Amino acid sequence: MASAIATTLSSRPSRVVLPRATRDSAWTRWLLTGIALAFLAFFLVLPLLVVFVQALEKGVGFYLATIREPETLAAIRLTLLTVAIVVPINVLFGVAAAWSIAKFRFSGKSLLTTLIDLPFAVSPVIAGLIYVLVFGAQGWFGNWLIDHHLQVIFAVPGIVLATTFVTFPFVARELIPLMQAQGSDEEFSALTLGANGWQTFWRVTLPNIRWGLFYGVILCNARAMGEFGAVSVVSGHIRGETNTMPLHVEILYNEYNIAGAFAVASLLALLALVTLVLKSIVEWRQIRAS
Amino acid sequence: MSIEAHGIRKNFGAYTALDGVDLNVPQGKLVALLGPSGSGKTTLLRIIAGLEFPDPGSGRVLFHGDDVTDLPAGKRKVGFVFQHYALFRHMSVFENVAFGLRVRRRRDRPSSAAIAERAHRLLELVQLDGLAGRYPSQLSGGERQRVALARALAVEPKVLLLDEPFGALDARVRKDLRRWLRRFHDEIQLTTIFVTHDQEEALEIADEVVIMNKAHVEQVGTPQEVYDKPASPFVYQFLGNVNVMRAPALVGANRRPGRTEGAPAEGQIYVRPHDIEVTPHDATGTGSSAIVRHIHAAGPHARLLLEQVQTREQVEVEISRSELADLGLQINDLVRFRLRQTHSFDEDYAI
Repeated sequence: MASAIATTLSSRPSRVVLPRATRDSAWTRWLLTGIALAFLAFFLVLPLLVVFVQALEKGVGFYLATIREPETLAAIRLTLLTVAIVVPINVLFGVAAAWSIAKFRFSGKSLLTTLIDLPFAVSPVIAGLIYVLVFGAQGWFGNWLIDHHLQVIFAVPGIVLATTFVTFPFVARELIPLMQAQGSDEEFSALTLGANGWQTFWRVTLPNIRWGLFYGVILCNARAMGEFGAVSVVSGHIRGETNTMPLHVEILYNEYNIAGAFAVASLLALLALVTLVLKSIVEWRQIRAS
Repeated sequence: MSIEAHGIRKNFGAYTALDGVDLNVPQGKLVALLGPSGSGKTTLLRIIAGLEFPDPGSGRVLFHGDDVTDLPAGKRKVGFVFQHYALFRHMSVFENVAFGLRVRRRRDRPSSAAIAERAHRLLELVQLDGLAGRYPSQLSGGERQRVALARALAVEPKVLLLDEPFGALDARVRKDLRRWLRRFHDEIQLTTIFVTHDQEEALEIADEVVIMNKAHVEQVGTPQEVYDKPASPFVYQFLGNVNVMRAPALVGANRRPGRTEGAPAEGQIYVRPHDIEVTPHDATGTGSSAIVRHIHAAGPHARLLLEQVQTREQVEVEISRSELADLGLQINDLVRFRLRQTHSFDEDYAI
């Protein structure tokens, strides 16, 4: 479960006396710890600091002005809109998929489990291209869409589709092992006590999976906001219309507006930090609950 | 309410869990479904509860003469207690018990005050009234079991079904709780079926025992009947320790004068360890000679492992500790043993 990879940077191991055979020399310990810390500092902490330093390089006034620019605001709005559509869809899909995989016997179950992992295995660029090939002007449904004056590619629907594809494993992946571990006996109990399917779901299943679900939602949300590759392919980069935050960062950067690019990037970095904090809280709750 | 099942068949893919099983439980009885794991007993219980359904067209389940085969679990008015209790882990004990009443449709639902009163009365009945505010994770196994029972009773079931009710408890609590269940059943007089793989448990508290093996019912009867008159070698072996001996080895050696019953010239005979008498090996004694190979004296009875001199067959014997003291046995002593009571079955009856 998720608790296995809990972020425990802050909690130092208590003084445990290990048997001599498994004790390494002080030198080895310091070397290994040092390598790990140096790696973290160089690849994670330093870039994060750079983001904020660069963002504020030209002062807080410039920072706020950049964020208040109409094009930046449009990018933020589009990202929030995408998330508002994608996350609920993936919650529905994730719960349904996890429910069917964990609680029913059916053939093709392992195939479904594998398919859920597909977005992890496929490059996001391919994910974007798939939708261009299906819904683009030269794609399968291209003519039909043009006849009906519907635009998917280079418009919001395409961005939503690509983001949904890239983020759909998060909720399902989080819930499947949890629901499998919990089994179906509580649901069966509720049924013998006269509850209908809906009552069973709301009163028994959902409360049991709420922390796992919340965790999945956080991860799904973070990825949906930050997705670049797939969205870049389907978006068309129309400023103020189909630019999401990550795409907007790239545009500003390409225009040598370094401080502007980092100002928008700092918002995404803040989101990452908030996600980490929430994730730690949820993990702490899960450990306490079990 | 009486429970009947006729010709129930259930396959899970290629695996046959029940192969044409019949069951008849009279009103108000406490019946044990006894069998080894994989015998189909839990599947049968779940079919009676409506948590599984028999293979289409294979059989019927009747409650009090009414066909309930196609009714879902919630409509059958059964109380079901799961082996691992299946308490709602995020609800307090009180909320667990009240659940069945709270999910009723509004016109059938009692007022909150009435629900609270009923829940507390049930918790009193299972002697847990002080724990209403606790959560399942804060209870011991025996307490959880009783909460599960109170929860099942809250919906006023006509039938109580218990799946391995004591399976997950330690030996001491098991014994206390099963006696408690017997008294409890006598008090509430609800038709009850419980599943168990523990023959001691079934024989001790059930009015009637249904012994299952490999998707079939082997025998139905009171504990006394199935123990004393087992219908098949399986039942005989399942209900307690048994020595299976080749009969020819015993001819002439074990029979007391005038007693010929139970020892055919061919085939195998079955003897319980406590139905064997051990005497000192002197010239005048009767019975077959054997060497004492092992003595196990810890526990209420002494268990001996004898090796028959003629056939080198091993025989397990159970005698009282005072008998053991009187005999003054040591390992490798020579003794005689005699079979007091034996059973035999037709050779073509495969186990």
